[in-house]
Amino acid sequence: MPVLNAKRSAPTDDKRWKIVETRMRRLGDRPEALIEALHAAQEAFGFLDDDALQYVSDILGVPPSKVYGVATFYSFFTLKPQGEHTCVVCMGTACYINGAKDILAGLHDKYGIKPRQTTADNKLSLLTARCVGACSLAPAVIIDGEAQGKIKPDELIARLEAM
Amino acid sequence: MSEMPAARPRPRPVTGHGGAAPEGPARVTASVCCAASCVSAQSDLILKKLGEKVAEAGLSDVAVKRVGCLGLCAAGPLIAIPETGRLLRGVTPDTLEPVVEELRSARPNGHKEAQEPFFSKQVRVATENMGTIDPEDIDDYQAHGGYEALRQVLTSMTPAEVRDEITRSGLRGRGGAGYGTGLKWTTVAKAQGSPKYVICNADEGDPGAFMDRSVLESDPYRVLEGMAIAAYAVEASEGYIYCRAEYPLAVARLRTAIRNAQRSGFLGSAIAETNFSFDIQVRLGAGAFVCGEETALIASIEGRRGTPRPRPPYPAVAGLWGKPTLINNVETYANVSSIVRNGAQWYSNIGAAGGKSKGTKVFALAGRVVNTGLVEVPMGMTLREIVYDIGGGIVDGRPFKAVQTGGPSGGCIPAEYLDMPVDYESLIKVGSFMGSGGMIIMDDTSCMVDVARYFMDFCREESCGKCPPCRVGTTELYRMLDKICSGEATMEDLEEMEKLAAIVQRTSLCGLGQGAPNPIFSTLRYFRDEYVAHIVDRVCPAGVCTIKPAEVAR
Repeated sequence: MPVLNAKRSAPTDDKRWKIVETRMRRLGDRPEALIEALHAAQEAFGFLDDDALQYVSDILGVPPSKVYGVATFYSFFTLKPQGEHTCVVCMGTACYINGAKDILAGLHDKYGIKPRQTTADNKLSLLTARCVGACSLAPAVIIDGEAQGKIKPDELIARLEAM
Repeated sequence: MSEMPAARPRPRPVTGHGGAAPEGPARVTASVCCAASCVSAQSDLILKKLGEKVAEAGLSDVAVKRVGCLGLCAAGPLIAIPETGRLLRGVTPDTLEPVVEELRSARPNGHKEAQEPFFSKQVRVATENMGTIDPEDIDDYQAHGGYEALRQVLTSMTPAEVRDEITRSGLRGRGGAGYGTGLKWTTVAKAQGSPKYVICNADEGDPGAFMDRSVLESDPYRVLEGMAIAAYAVEASEGYIYCRAEYPLAVARLRTAIRNAQRSGFLGSAIAETNFSFDIQVRLGAGAFVCGEETALIASIEGRRGTPRPRPPYPAVAGLWGKPTLINNVETYANVSSIVRNGAQWYSNIGAAGGKSKGTKVFALAGRVVNTGLVEVPMGMTLREIVYDIGGGIVDGRPFKAVQTGGPSGGCIPAEYLDMPVDYESLIKVGSFMGSGGMIIMDDTSCMVDVARYFMDFCREESCGKCPPCRVGTTELYRMLDKICSGEATMEDLEEMEKLAAIVQRTSLCGLGQGAPNPIFSTLRYFRDEYVAHIVDRVCPAGVCTIKPAEVAR
């Protein structure tokens, strides 16, 4: 039926939708592929917008409310676009007792942002992680996907400034 | 599937990852640690550059090899020379000349590892291949005894015999609760319903724990083999590994390992030319601590919000898609092939000091300890041996204050118990918990009230919100702890907090809520004076909390 087909097609002709589509198809387009599909969409686009949630909902036959419920339940998913660079501060126990709080305070003093916020110029998003498992490098941060260990607030800021 | 490749007498040096392979057998090997901690300090670049430099120097009898975690993460990036027992520390991509010189002159001396307590006091079972084999090379795994156990099980044992062997070994769940593994397998095997599923819980959520990550990054085939043996024992044909998305390197290595195992006939249909079929898929977590709880984990694999449900029925009876499901932790599966190969008796003889706890346990040492890293010790070793002999003591020679085990459901053990044996029962006796194996060592720069608040903040944010005692209770407990830390609480507040903590513990639905008050109980039990100092004297003895801090040099 044309209506159904129209609903099931990707929101735009952006090629990245293919990645999402393939990941869902590999799991039989069934409802249980929801989390994998959201991972695929976030990997492709950096965040999950309404189009992505609606598209995944249509293909997998999961009500939009449930898709939204899952996307907001898991802290790994983000519904907001990130800044140009991201800095994830690990808040694991080892990092916490080795100065992760000082790092957050340092970043707040310098950029005026708290975790889950982005600077006004859209350059930097600050996030925290429960534990990235790099405890021997405590305190650890992940800048644009690369882990940096045993870092002090001023060293981190110098590194961010150089980007 | 054609004939199995015969086990080779020595590891085949690996190329294709920037390493170097000699023509004949290698005189010495440079094993470059390529697990997450060292990779984040550019060890992948070191591997590539060292391979080039060894080739340039014409060292035709030197192999350069990628290996998994070498254990002593604190001193990374690491290069081990297994023929001489040398461990080169803090190597950088720009300081490779001395490494090349060492490789040029090194003579095998029979030492396998560095001669120091960090290594010599360990007993390695689950981590026996870690730092020895190339984590992605299935041939290398087989050259070290890999898949011998699976073949043995499939060709000469019945499922009941396998379950019996595991039961007799005394292996208990390494995810924390310590439920008998053999008993769990038997329950799943006897449960009605088909198909049955085998799940590996690799959602290592405890902050300060990285055992599973290291095992998956260093020896993924071992976990796949353990799962396949479990599947045979409970007569399952499908498996899932639920791994946190925060471990990209572990996920990538797992996916490669699954692909290679399928190609080599160790996953898929007709495994090792028998009529046993079993396949594994990876499912990514998405940053929810509660998904470590088995019913929540199952909900997440089914694509739903990861909220737990009341048990019984246990997953062993009604799990994934309502079918009987076996769920074990990464480390539990990693022990299975060794037990099959060496026998239940061999395993249960290890760690005799551990009473009802048999075998070994992998711990992640972190915090204010000199040798942070990954260690495997026999059950029953004392805390002192772990912290001081293996761990090398406290950073800057400061006084030991406490060791935190069991993550957010665990507790803090003070110095007076340093000589206690580390096993499931002893840890519970002192108000802590084995947990998955994170050990955070704290010195006098940590405030124990602040630590309790830290864990409560964690539980408050990670509470799934399904049951009110946990959802509301952890938030209230956090607020009360925060009040104490700010120096605004009264002794009545403390009393109220203890009451509420007991309610949350008793009435929460799952382990997250039930365990959340534990950090409060254990810090109150051993460090009540610190609470009183915050409340009555309005002083934080460790100088952490922002109320009139006492003088402590950091």
